[in-house]
Amino acid sequence: MSDAPSAGALTKAPADPSKGSLRILQLYPREMNIYGDYGNVLVLKQRLAWRGYGAEILEHNAGDAFPDDVDLIVGGGGQDSGQVVIQDDLQAIASTLRRLAEDGTPMLLICGLYQLFGNFFRTQDGTVIPGIGVLDLETRGGTERLIGNVVARSDEFGEIHGYENHSGQTFLGDGLRPLATVLKGAGNNAEEHHEGARYRNIVGSYLHGSLLPKNPAIADFLLRTAAERKFGAFEDDGVDDSLAELAREHAAARPR
Amino acid sequence: MNPLPVLVGKAVRIASRLRGGGSAFPGLVVERLDPGFMGRALSNLPYGVVVVSGTNGKTTTTKMVVELLEGQGLSVFTNRTGSNFTRGVAAALLGEVDWRGRLKADVAVLELDEAHAVHFVKLVPPRYSLLLNVLRDQLDRFGEIDATTRLLERIALATTGTVVLNREDPRVAGLASSVTAADVVYFGLDASLRSTFPNDDELRGAAGTAPASALPADVVLRSVDGNSAEFEVEGTTTRTDLRLRGVYNIFNAAAALAAARAVLGGTADNGRLFSSLAAVEPAFGRGESLVVDGQALELVLVKNPSGFRLGLKSFDPAGCATMIAINDNYADGRDMSWLWDVDFDSLGLSGVDVVSGVRAYDMALRLKYDDVRVGAVEPDITDALQQFIRGSDGRPKRIFCTYTAMLAVRRELSKITKVEVVS
Repeated sequence: MSDAPSAGALTKAPADPSKGSLRILQLYPREMNIYGDYGNVLVLKQRLAWRGYGAEILEHNAGDAFPDDVDLIVGGGGQDSGQVVIQDDLQAIASTLRRLAEDGTPMLLICGLYQLFGNFFRTQDGTVIPGIGVLDLETRGGTERLIGNVVARSDEFGEIHGYENHSGQTFLGDGLRPLATVLKGAGNNAEEHHEGARYRNIVGSYLHGSLLPKNPAIADFLLRTAAERKFGAFEDDGVDDSLAELAREHAAARPR
Repeated sequence: MNPLPVLVGKAVRIASRLRGGGSAFPGLVVERLDPGFMGRALSNLPYGVVVVSGTNGKTTTTKMVVELLEGQGLSVFTNRTGSNFTRGVAAALLGEVDWRGRLKADVAVLELDEAHAVHFVKLVPPRYSLLLNVLRDQLDRFGEIDATTRLLERIALATTGTVVLNREDPRVAGLASSVTAADVVYFGLDASLRSTFPNDDELRGAAGTAPASALPADVVLRSVDGNSAEFEVEGTTTRTDLRLRGVYNIFNAAAALAAARAVLGGTADNGRLFSSLAAVEPAFGRGESLVVDGQALELVLVKNPSGFRLGLKSFDPAGCATMIAINDNYADGRDMSWLWDVDFDSLGLSGVDVVSGVRAYDMALRLKYDDVRVGAVEPDITDALQQFIRGSDGRPKRIFCTYTAMLAVRRELSKITKVEVVS
């Protein structure tokens, strides 16, 4: 029997967060939440709560007015049909998102929205879906679906564990850094052995799993960046990540 | 007609049973030797073929349709072994046909996996199809749930008589617009129950806010109170007690009633349908109850976010010892993301005694983020089960498990208690 830490040891979120709150915006939770993207938002919220910070979770769905004073943005993956529904709205808020990105707002973009934050998506039949050009990358519809467990290595975040499921193949522009080098799986495309993209305070990735629970280093990068921008500092006594560490070990041992 | 392939298939079936081997292999043999075997065997049934498909609840619903029709005096052929691929059907047929490959039954009711159903309906166009739902399940197999919808559409299009659809699942109800050759009937839920069954689009939206469906339904589940439920059929509401556990099974009872009524046409005896329904026992691993150390032990199969949410909602954790076993083998779905779309708050008061399975630590991590206390984490199911039973004496027990975890749990339980053997 393992002596894993009891999850019950953790403290509940304080009713009145002493250190202030971050405003976290989830983009299109209705259409772009097919692979557990809510997990990423929950992880951000709880890791703030455990440190005495509050989190205000905002949603932006198609047709909504874009909220003010957003500290952190999370966007998820959707089905092709969901991407069609949000297309016009995304173009309508594109200039705001570009401004926030250039300004240094931390963002986590997974799968579908990772693709649409790029320059364009060219589908198999040649249709070009315009992106919003925050990230200098392009995606081409592929015949083969890239599916399975992924382990990748990043200098910034260490080993990254997740699960990919996409037919689009993404190619980064010359100036854009990948998030990580792939050790197992495909990543951005079937040829180049790299995964995701890093730009200013944006992390783009194909990885579900959800990504943040098993990769707390990425979660804390986003939180630290947002807190430092808002409060000037991030007071961090640390979080017990031993369960995440064990989950990573077990995930790494699974077949592709 | 050459009877040889049937005889060879039967011989292989007997041989592989003696060897204790897989149930589908003889089906593969007869398919290779005689590709027309299945179509011929199933083509002359007086009531034709009923195909049951969808992502959730196929096994229990198929069992209900079979028992409802048997209760009306029909002789029913079904693929009871749980092998819901085409060759599993062929293997089951081999056990039932005579040496000339003829099946003596009034109707065949077949559970088919979505992808295999598409292949099957090309060989054997069904007279009836019952399409349950398109939930996020095994996305790593089918890619996207819209792709699964297209598989079900192929089944609907191949149906010659009546297509029975879930009007509460927008993807399934939407199939009606493509059906031209067959009639369409619906089963549905009372507006007050709709928030209990969110579809995947509503998982994170405000529950129950979608407008009530205006489609007329042949059978409507009006209310659920424990294991008792009210169904409305032809303007009459009937209350019945059920042995089935879980609200999702009870909604699938509405599906089964609608399908049976479609098959029976005007001859259905509604009173007898309800008495048959009341007697249906849960299918293997689907909310079935076993006895361990004089205490009830329930197995609840969980495969996707909606199913897990409903499972948690259906079974009150108070006073009960809880174990969760999560594997990530092919049949379970390999991507763990789905655990993050289930709320575990309802387990917050009682906690979870033991978390197990290949992905025990993913599950424990999930519970940590919902502030649910976890007693122990033990990936090995044998060890976990011993620990669970030892540590929960005097309390009824409940195990939520994915498919292959359930098989492992049953294997272990069969050493200490009586577990139905499924061959």
